[in-house]
Amino acid sequence: MNGDFATTGLIFKEALLWEKGKKGRTAFSMPAADVPPAKELPEALQGEGPDFPDLSELEVVRHYTRLSQWNYGVDSGMYPLGSCTMKYNPKIHEKLAALPGFASAHPLLPESLSQGALQLMFELQEMLKAVTGLDAASLQPAAGAHGELCGMMLFDAWFRSQGEKRDRILIPDTAHGTNPASAALCGMKPVALASGEDGILHPEAVAALMDDRTAGIMITNPNTLGLFESHFAEIAAIVHAKGGLVYCDGANMNAVMGYVDMKRMGVDVMHFNLHKTFSTPHGGGGPGAGPVCVVEKLAPFLPVPRVVKREGGYALETEAPLSIGRLHAFYGNFGVLLKAWAYIRSLGPELKRVSEMAVLNANYIRASLKDFYDIAQDRVCMHECVFSDKNLKSFGVSTLDVAKRLIDLGFHPPTVYFPLVVAGAMMVEPTETESVEELDRFIEAMKRIRKEAEESPDLLHEAPQRTRVRRLDETAAARTPCLCGGM
Amino acid sequence: MRYLPHTPEDVSAMLERVGLPSVEALFEALPDACRRETPMDLPAPLTEWDLIIRMESLAASMAAGSGNRVFMGAGSYSHYIPALIPQLLGRSEFTTAYTPYQPEVSQGTLQAIFEYQTLTARLLGMEVANASMYDGASALAEGLLMAIRLGKGRKKVALSQAIHPHYREVVQTYFAPTEFEVLTLPVDPATGRTDFSGLEGMDDLAALAVQSPNFFGCIEDLQSAVSLSHGAKALLVAAFTEPLAFGLLPSPGSQGADIVCGEGQSLGIPQSFGGPGLGMFACRMAHVRNMPGRVVGQTKDMNGERGFVLTLSTREQHIRREKATSNICSNQGLCATASAMYMATLGGTGIRKLAALNRDKAAYLKKALEGLGFTPLFTSPVFNEFTLKAAQGFGRIREKLMEKGMVAGLGLEGLYPEMPEMKEAFLFCATETASREDMDALVEAIRGELL
Repeated sequence: MNGDFATTGLIFKEALLWEKGKKGRTAFSMPAADVPPAKELPEALQGEGPDFPDLSELEVVRHYTRLSQWNYGVDSGMYPLGSCTMKYNPKIHEKLAALPGFASAHPLLPESLSQGALQLMFELQEMLKAVTGLDAASLQPAAGAHGELCGMMLFDAWFRSQGEKRDRILIPDTAHGTNPASAALCGMKPVALASGEDGILHPEAVAALMDDRTAGIMITNPNTLGLFESHFAEIAAIVHAKGGLVYCDGANMNAVMGYVDMKRMGVDVMHFNLHKTFSTPHGGGGPGAGPVCVVEKLAPFLPVPRVVKREGGYALETEAPLSIGRLHAFYGNFGVLLKAWAYIRSLGPELKRVSEMAVLNANYIRASLKDFYDIAQDRVCMHECVFSDKNLKSFGVSTLDVAKRLIDLGFHPPTVYFPLVVAGAMMVEPTETESVEELDRFIEAMKRIRKEAEESPDLLHEAPQRTRVRRLDETAAARTPCLCGGM
Repeated sequence: MRYLPHTPEDVSAMLERVGLPSVEALFEALPDACRRETPMDLPAPLTEWDLIIRMESLAASMAAGSGNRVFMGAGSYSHYIPALIPQLLGRSEFTTAYTPYQPEVSQGTLQAIFEYQTLTARLLGMEVANASMYDGASALAEGLLMAIRLGKGRKKVALSQAIHPHYREVVQTYFAPTEFEVLTLPVDPATGRTDFSGLEGMDDLAALAVQSPNFFGCIEDLQSAVSLSHGAKALLVAAFTEPLAFGLLPSPGSQGADIVCGEGQSLGIPQSFGGPGLGMFACRMAHVRNMPGRVVGQTKDMNGERGFVLTLSTREQHIRREKATSNICSNQGLCATASAMYMATLGGTGIRKLAALNRDKAAYLKKALEGLGFTPLFTSPVFNEFTLKAAQGFGRIREKLMEKGMVAGLGLEGLYPEMPEMKEAFLFCATETASREDMDALVEAIRGELL
């Protein structure tokens, strides 16, 4: 490795908003009062207004510019955060979402004056159906976990329509962390399902737990070990034979587009994370979008309204007696849906190539690092691979230390300590948008850290040293929470 | 394809390292039963230039943007967004970061969200706010579920009928699979406020939810709602769709609300056909461990420097799994940041002025419409929205005005089929974006049609 990839730049300190400014300043261009003042409200309805700091325009601009410089994003460098699919976010999407016809559109405009937005939503539904092979879609859920919740509500509504109430759900140990909480919100008790030695689920284990009290199964496929659940179709058949339903957490869809047919595989409901697979920026914690696709028999239960195509144009269908109802005011995160539409239209059938290159990149990292770090499953993986700190412990070095040292070398760390089935896990998802040269740099950095772990472990313990702040005291933050400033 | 850097030589060299003969061989773990039988039926790729043309033509079919005047709120409000907000918010260090799991390289997001939580708590008069929920409607649903958790076995919640109809529908959706029950309190047909008289007959209540200003624009008597609710040993959940109102009105917290939740789109976020918006959520510190959603806390680094981290994660799904206070993971982080920028841009002085201007604009339009023979349906004071009984035949006139790019309010009959007084009732909205000229033009256009 030829020197370091990161240096300490000119990083400014910056106060909190309310530590700045002076009463009487403003950064807002207040419209002139062109109407007479109205009668004051009755005294009981008059408040004092919030205690916000008064700042000038430049003060606000500098504040957020400085804050932004303390952040690492995909545009800064490689962001191999496993199961988060941090691929490049095309810049054109921001421009498209800001078109005034969309950005300033009121959601309750009549259908005749909203045809563009409705057409876009209808086409996105159709394209999601084409990618999955499933029969119907709803774009309403606002994030992946919201999609999971929607899926569990669909399960519940289906069983009610059959005159049944099933209160158990099978969730593998390699599923995403939100799955049990989503099921619990629908009054279902998650039943833990262990994956096999080979990191995937086996039909016998499912058959042993599946019964007619169990609503079905929630499988993340590819799973959080980066492995394809090869027995999915047999497992789905077992669940269906007991009258259950099959949910697929599609957060890892980036691995299998153009290869997998969700319907053939036996999936009844799945969700997408548009902010992962279809490259809408994650925004430091959202907004995302978590559309769900379903098989025909569950279509009547999808949230309302649904966008439909009728003679003469696109319309919002609200009449659906079996529907679970509304999940979101209006129609969901339209501005996010628009970016996903643009991404899919930019790639079309080349989405298959996206998955191929994502899987190739992950395997390249796996093959390059497996002799340096303990690997959870030493075989061909999908879009991500999972290493651990097993052979670093003797040096007194942990996964956390490796992650923090990567920061000093100019990379965002992988997902750490997840999945829980691997102690000290490091889950690496490079995505397809990284070039082989960038992967080589990451691999070199990881090898260097492996060497440092043996020779100078304190470099790892003391990392990161080049960031604006060093390791933070998370225990104190939780023990005596300070969640609101200036009190 | 410009997003994919791999050359054919790269692919061969990488396959060699992996030890596989072809790209297809990477997918050998996929059994036939899971595979597609046909390629994905997707339209051919568009270039960046064709994509722009296509999207512009779709956007052009919308009655939005310049040339259109929309006097309609109902949970989505037209407000000026200062140019600095999209500019700063668009910095890719903010947009292309994930949830701040690695705090040392995420201090920008973390401080911005900590500031958002603080400004939100001040706006709502509460002790603590979370990092955001999906939208106002799901925030209300989660607020009520939180009240149930705090209610020690109480199984019912009561919702005012004057809460946004979509919000009530979302609450029904969240509650349908549970054993908990949603009751409704009707609207007083004279004042337009919630009629609390039915509360006495309701036992086992964990929460009472009221929206103020409510869906009809009427400002509710929150103080009475609080005392009635507390009298029934239930928490008061205060909802809102227009947070700018708290520039003038007493904050829900100062009135005694226990949980405050609503939609923050008004604070610097484009309407964008209804989303992404911002679910704002605040509560009392005593209840914080039952609060849903992510939360950022202040701490120190190993050098004693101030810094911020995601905290209280023991409430969350990745640790508590099915016992979590919510399943929410990704939220509306960037929208929360936008609203913090907006609150900082307005300042304490600015928000009062802007709120007063909204009240004045709405009062002007209301008076002008009353001059045409429209009559107020309710007597309660309003902020920037109001409900009027229209003159005969207004429905047809409204349709006609739309062709001229004017949207004259929202008809309420379809949203409240259960209330006969909503026949011919329309909900209007005027914010600071409505100039006197535009309002006069609307009134003249209606007058012209009425003649």
